[in-house]
Amino acid sequence: MRALDKLWHALDERLELDPIVEFVAHKVVPRHRHSWAYYFGGLTMFFLFVQIATGILLLLYYRPTAEAAFESVQFIVTRVPFGWLVRSVHSWSANLMILSAFAHMFSVYFMGSYAKPRELTWWSGFALLGLAMGFGFSGYLLPWNTLSYFATQVGTDMVSKVPFAGAWLLKFLRGGSEVTGATLTRFFGFHVAVLPMLTAVLLAGHLAFIQRQGMHVPSSLEEEAKRRKPIRFVPNFMLREGVVWLLGLAALAALAAFFPWELGTKADPFASAPAGIKPEWYFLFMFETLKLLPAHLFGIEGELLGLGAFAAGGLVWFLVPVLDRGRPGGGRGRAFFVLGWLVLAYIVGFTFASFAGVFK
Amino acid sequence: MRAANETPAVSRRTALNWLLGTSLGATLVAALYPVFRFVIPPRVAEAPVNRVLAGKLSQLPDNSGKIFRFGSKPAILIRTPTGEVRAFSAVCTHLNCTVQYRPDFQHIWCACHNGQYDLQGKNISGPPPKPLEAYKVDIAGDDVYVTRGA
Repeated sequence: MRALDKLWHALDERLELDPIVEFVAHKVVPRHRHSWAYYFGGLTMFFLFVQIATGILLLLYYRPTAEAAFESVQFIVTRVPFGWLVRSVHSWSANLMILSAFAHMFSVYFMGSYAKPRELTWWSGFALLGLAMGFGFSGYLLPWNTLSYFATQVGTDMVSKVPFAGAWLLKFLRGGSEVTGATLTRFFGFHVAVLPMLTAVLLAGHLAFIQRQGMHVPSSLEEEAKRRKPIRFVPNFMLREGVVWLLGLAALAALAAFFPWELGTKADPFASAPAGIKPEWYFLFMFETLKLLPAHLFGIEGELLGLGAFAAGGLVWFLVPVLDRGRPGGGRGRAFFVLGWLVLAYIVGFTFASFAGVFK
Repeated sequence: MRAANETPAVSRRTALNWLLGTSLGATLVAALYPVFRFVIPPRVAEAPVNRVLAGKLSQLPDNSGKIFRFGSKPAILIRTPTGEVRAFSAVCTHLNCTVQYRPDFQHIWCACHNGQYDLQGKNISGPPPKPLEAYKVDIAGDDVYVTRGA
């Protein structure tokens, strides 16, 4: 301990760490009946850490070419000691990270935490969720199997419908006009270099905003939060958060061990899309909606209308902090509260209906 | 000679800012333009494929289909229940998936979003907005040749 004290003293002498110690010692988390919602952001970050660790491990064996990608993943899951576990944890953790991010987003939304002065936190969070989905989409192709090949065909073709820049974006993403090995190499680059860099920058901002402004308490819970003693961040909240992370780890380990992620069959650009093809669960609501739309609606191609509606919906969701002017008596606007429930019901409803096989 | 208290139309500060700004802008453009061009791959000269040997008639029973390679894209050769041979582009006009022949439906089907095309390649159900591009089929003995621009 003396050595640690000495090291601390030496660092403090040079860097003047007092203000940081002071900040950490006084950091508190409000306590009220919805305090549980404060754990989802941290849990999402925990799964991100798992992704970084397992992703680095996978990099030791993975080869990003159309000729070698599938075989290298096959090698990882069949020959490398614990390779099946590392790959399975990476795939499951990706899904749990998205799930946790969605839970975080909706809990923040319903507590109205996006309102002034926290607009930047909402916007950086929105961008981080977009990046997480970008990670999911680019990582999905990397094993170069049949499902991922067609998912990339469909996903990149959607991008080509963007007005004006569509054709350029399609070529940029695919590295040509078709989904080929060039696409795989690009997606690998996005997945392991571009997206992590952007995520690191945005996450630093997101966390800095939260530290600077403190946790938000909805107006309806202000009285309760004033009455009850807040939780000290160090060590009380951190220890509780540790328990939540352990629960996350337990769920992840159980899923990865009992339901190892499938590898499927190697992609063949000259084979038909297999029956029963589906994207990852977090794209299912969009996928089923696009399937339901007729070829033409109001004289416009159905898929263009659908994609346009999703883009408009995303824009409204992004702009909620400026669109919701709040209620005169304080609190967020009722219309936006209802909108949140409608969006949640639509996403959850379509996702479960898709799993239940309602849409043929 | 100008009087000392007379302000010029453009101050020295404004002029300097303008020069600095434009040269910074030019540097940025000079750096970004190659990046912008670099990310789009060069066009690789490919001999245009207009006619391919798509398969053998003897291996294509009635009410079946097969995918074949037509240049860089997949195409589909079908034999209708009445024995006619037809060929279409296999790229679904909805979102680019590769279609297949469904013997149970007796027409062409796309697994991705449940798009359906009849035996003429016409979109009949589901989200596809356009028919499949049709190709010309020539049969020489047992060989089935497919030509673009039918």
